[in-house]
Amino acid sequence: MFRVISKVKLATQITKLEIEAPLIARKAQAGQFVVLVSDEKGERIPLTLADWDGSKGTITLIFQEVGFTTSKLSAKEAGDWIEHILGPLGHPTEIRNIGRIICIGGGVGIAEVYPITRAFRKAANEVIGIIGARSRELLILEKEMRQVCNELYISTDDGSYGRRGFVTEVLKEILNTDKTLVKLVYAVGPVIMMRAVSEVTRPLEIKTLVSLNPIMVDATGMCGACRCTVGGEVKFACVDGPDFDAHQVNFQELEKRINQFKTQEQIIRDIP
Amino acid sequence: MRQKVRQQLPEERIKNFQEVSLGFSDEQAIAEAKRCLQCKQPKCVQGCPVGIDIPGFINLILQGKRRDALLKIREKNNLPAICGRVCPQEYQCESECVLSKKNIPINIGALERYAADYELLYPSVSISSSYKLQSESKQKIVVVGSGPAGLTAAADLAKMGYYVLLFESLHIAGGVLSYGIPEFRLPKTIVRREVDYVRSVGVELCTDVLIGRTLTIDDLFTQGAQAIFLAVGAGLPQFLGIPGENLKGVFSANEFLTRVNLMKAYRFPEYATPINLGDKVVVIGGGNVAFDCARVAIRLGKDTQLVYRRTENEMPARKEEIENARAESLKFRLLTQPISILGDKNGSVCGLECIKMQLGQPDDSGRRRPVPIKDSNFVLDIDTVIVAIGQRPNPLISKVTPQLKTNPNGTIWVDDNLMTSLPGVFAGGDIITGADTVISAMGAGKKAATQIDKFIKTKRESL
Repeated sequence: MFRVISKVKLATQITKLEIEAPLIARKAQAGQFVVLVSDEKGERIPLTLADWDGSKGTITLIFQEVGFTTSKLSAKEAGDWIEHILGPLGHPTEIRNIGRIICIGGGVGIAEVYPITRAFRKAANEVIGIIGARSRELLILEKEMRQVCNELYISTDDGSYGRRGFVTEVLKEILNTDKTLVKLVYAVGPVIMMRAVSEVTRPLEIKTLVSLNPIMVDATGMCGACRCTVGGEVKFACVDGPDFDAHQVNFQELEKRINQFKTQEQIIRDIP
Repeated sequence: MRQKVRQQLPEERIKNFQEVSLGFSDEQAIAEAKRCLQCKQPKCVQGCPVGIDIPGFINLILQGKRRDALLKIREKNNLPAICGRVCPQEYQCESECVLSKKNIPINIGALERYAADYELLYPSVSISSSYKLQSESKQKIVVVGSGPAGLTAAADLAKMGYYVLLFESLHIAGGVLSYGIPEFRLPKTIVRREVDYVRSVGVELCTDVLIGRTLTIDDLFTQGAQAIFLAVGAGLPQFLGIPGENLKGVFSANEFLTRVNLMKAYRFPEYATPINLGDKVVVIGGGNVAFDCARVAIRLGKDTQLVYRRTENEMPARKEEIENARAESLKFRLLTQPISILGDKNGSVCGLECIKMQLGQPDDSGRRRPVPIKDSNFVLDIDTVIVAIGQRPNPLISKVTPQLKTNPNGTIWVDDNLMTSLPGVFAGGDIITGADTVISAMGAGKKAATQIDKFIKTKRESL
């Protein structure tokens, strides 16, 4: 059992939980995730680590209410318990000093790109951040991202804050001015966003990494639910990833597989 | 006459997940025990991977001493209620029974189960009170993986007086006993009971810890482990490598069984994990796992067929399971090899293209090799595919521990004493053999416990 230390509502339907999990906190690295079971009859869902504090023994999870389990999780308060948390899982993001890097986060993906952005900056890279959301109310971690980026750009779909439009438009503009200096683009967010980013950088031949979050059950390499096609080969996102070369990922297949249980999700959410 | 175990009737049992076998009645158990010749040099014991005193416990059943019979089994076997249910006795103890020459060996499996279930009937009678945690500075041993090999080694080591920490990555202990074998063959209350027994002899169980990630092997030694036993199993699903395997509606056997058994998807939405099957399910494979999948699909109300590229004679599954599945109206498509999974425009399965096979010359396994018949392609009208063609060793621990030597097939290399290339680190069960039976894994767990004990004693003497 893992105790919730604090809870903050970051935006409509986006919640931040700080949870006591000393073993995970001590080992966590940027890019890794956990799998958790919220309650006794709950399912196992993967969530990327948004932050951790080894000395305090806590981890931070930020998630959007998109399904049954995330809704139940968002109802947890400080002092409540989470049945099971396993982690840290997956390969950490490879952090090296490579020069200028663009880190992109879309929606709740900002929480996932934040520790990676911080790690790249710590490794003395020049980091440009681009974060985007549907509207101003849904934009999270602006202050935190500003602290770890050399420059930060913001976009909202409805233009209520920053520039109007998608993160890819900001990305295109930056790349139009000095694309030769950008060594890596790292993007986390909805599949449609990661795919769009990948299409922007592909013709420019800029190395692009994405963090994939398909359906998982055990998340230790045993069930194969998270399999995706990368460079024509089948990979398990849980143990081979979650970071992959965006230009090799079959996003179309990923998008279909992610929606595999849509009907069942609706059934369980409709139960009063 | 060999006593037959009572079963739920097929037309009833396909509507529930309760246990198919109902076990022996008292009268049946006594009648079967009477048939035992009590051989002076019992062959059956040699056929048992953990060396249970089989005539000994049968004799106690005959005397009506069911509890003593259980204690006799427990001298060698920590998980009798499990073995009595899932061991392939027909290839082990029963095949060695002298009566098997007349084709009517003693039903040892059912007798073992009868003795073991005493604890289920009389749970208040604590059977393990003789082993209590002695808290004096005991040597610490870490066991990784709480499947049959890990549970066995952990219990044996605790009984030898070690302080045993048992790590499990999933949220429920039992390994394949919990995630793999379905409720109707091995009820999870039985698994829980046997795990409780292992804890009652002093083993400390920690779930939700993935060794290699949450803690590394180095961490375990730093934290005082004197030896480590890796019993992490063979859980990496194999796929066919044919087109269409990533379509929606294609599941590995592991995913399907984990959802249904471990996560209880058959009770969705009371339990939150869903399973999404169409109406027409095909299971590919001919082993016990394939039959488990097929029988689960039948219980979920699906029209289910099994596709296997050889004939029934070559199937690795237990005969009993094949017969049970047939009685439950599983359709067999033998000598059939899938070559492509067909998908519709939404990316969902809409058919399975197969080719007919015939048997040719025997291959390395001694079984006749299936050969495709030219131009015999046809399409099966199905909408769900479960791939049950085997599991390979879990690769994580060897991937993150480069000093651990592996074999080309992914198994961890060990010497004759089950020690890996890392001193003090032992390995056993499916992680060194590839996918095998529950009882072989338990045999390996027993052997590992003995070897670890030897290793620690030698180390202590050399100090």
